[in-house]
Amino acid sequence: MSAPTVTTGRAAAGPGSGTAVVTGLGVLAPNGLGVADYWSATLAGRSGLGRLTRFDPSQYPAQLAGEVSGFDAGAHIPGRLMAQTDPMTRLALAAAEWALADAGVDPAAQPEFGMGVVTASASGGFDFGHRELEKLWSKGPEHVSVYQSFAWFYAVNTGQISIRHGMRGPTGVLVGDQAGGLDAVAQARRQVRKGVGLVVTGGVDSCLCPWGWVGQVAGGRLSTRTDPARAYLPFDADATGYVPGEGGAILILEEAGAAARRGVPVYGTVAGYAATFDPRPGSGREPGLRRAAELALADAGVAADDVDVVFADAAGLPALDRAEAEAIGAVFRTRRRPVPVTAPKTMTGRLYSGGAPLDLVAALLAIRDGVIPPTVHVSRLGPGIDIDLVRGAARETPVRTALVLARGYGGFNSATVLTSAEKGP
Amino acid sequence: MPTFTLADLNRVIQEGAGRDGNADWDSDVLDQPFSDLGYDSLALLETASRVEREFGARIADDVATELRTPRSFVDHVNHLLGAASARP
Repeated sequence: MSAPTVTTGRAAAGPGSGTAVVTGLGVLAPNGLGVADYWSATLAGRSGLGRLTRFDPSQYPAQLAGEVSGFDAGAHIPGRLMAQTDPMTRLALAAAEWALADAGVDPAAQPEFGMGVVTASASGGFDFGHRELEKLWSKGPEHVSVYQSFAWFYAVNTGQISIRHGMRGPTGVLVGDQAGGLDAVAQARRQVRKGVGLVVTGGVDSCLCPWGWVGQVAGGRLSTRTDPARAYLPFDADATGYVPGEGGAILILEEAGAAARRGVPVYGTVAGYAATFDPRPGSGREPGLRRAAELALADAGVAADDVDVVFADAAGLPALDRAEAEAIGAVFRTRRRPVPVTAPKTMTGRLYSGGAPLDLVAALLAIRDGVIPPTVHVSRLGPGIDIDLVRGAARETPVRTALVLARGYGGFNSATVLTSAEKGP
Repeated sequence: MPTFTLADLNRVIQEGAGRDGNADWDSDVLDQPFSDLGYDSLALLETASRVEREFGARIADDVATELRTPRSFVDHVNHLLGAASARP
């Protein structure tokens, strides 16, 4: 992996091509710990949404969340790191460790400047910050932990993963709400193209503390329903908002030739990506999602006819759902058969920076297993929504190319195209 | 005269900066560098802040990060406590 890569041409695959492939996955999701658990729950349509248990939500208008349960942080995270980490960072450290193990990588045996870390973060470590702020106003500044200096910070997951595994290559953090998860993986792909042998990427978020919760409530998009089966219904006529969750996924990106030399299995290729920004609110102009999807397909050299499944952003609000359905309709208008669309995030809630990386994992496993996971709880599509939403049960069908869409609060749109490794970029 | 012991430091540093595993320190660690014991300058600042709250010994930040070993830390705290108690 320390060997310099030689660029032999943009279209060429194999050693030195700069093609970024995924060789490892690590998942902590509300409906499953680890890739196998998450995938079996997701294919079976098992939801992880429920009433908040992390704190008493009785006094808040929104009371449901997708909590990661059964994760014993102390069993995975050394004591010294427990003292200085927010729950989101503990989840991210575990996900990174599992992804590296899945890829068969021993970081200690790799050149330290040949490994990078690029993750996404939407809000930082609110739980840690909440506790320290409480000490500040109740006891005084001398009671605030020095670790508040970085434990809350957007870049902290990247930093802690980098320190823990001795990864001194390029690092970074992308902040773009749900879209940031795709932006981070795209930045990781840029680093692989520049010759970095391995990049740990993806996103893991957790914001299920009272302080973080009031911020999310103030955003005005949370569902206030109390029935977990009726609260988050993207594309449904009865959509009233979303349920937030915690967790996400970490992926290991490597240059295709380096992965081939290691002889490890490849989940798929990050073949295309694009990001756009919405026009000013009230301008009456079209939102940027369609352009992001079309630019990502063009970047991948993939035609609309070749896409086997779309993993939707699935905002869960009627206007945003309709806008996404219209964008998908426009991108795929020339197809004879409608493209299957799915939103397994109906089982986890929206995970902010962790949501799109988890969708990438689901898409890669869909490619591996030839099955599209279902969208749950949605029964009747809303007015103006004309998409082939995979509902009820998983759909078995060959999947070679997947398009993953993500939008972020404030106008972010990102799209990523994944292809099976056999198919190439 | 108030005293600050290795056992006190062991407890305070665990409370503030954590410990990998549960083992308590014995006297073998007295002259090991904090860096070898897994504690960086931030861990020492956090420990100094807690020592001040609990024992009343105000360790200056630039001094705290220059204390290399548990022995030097314990000695410095006792020096501060002794100086304080010696004052009228």
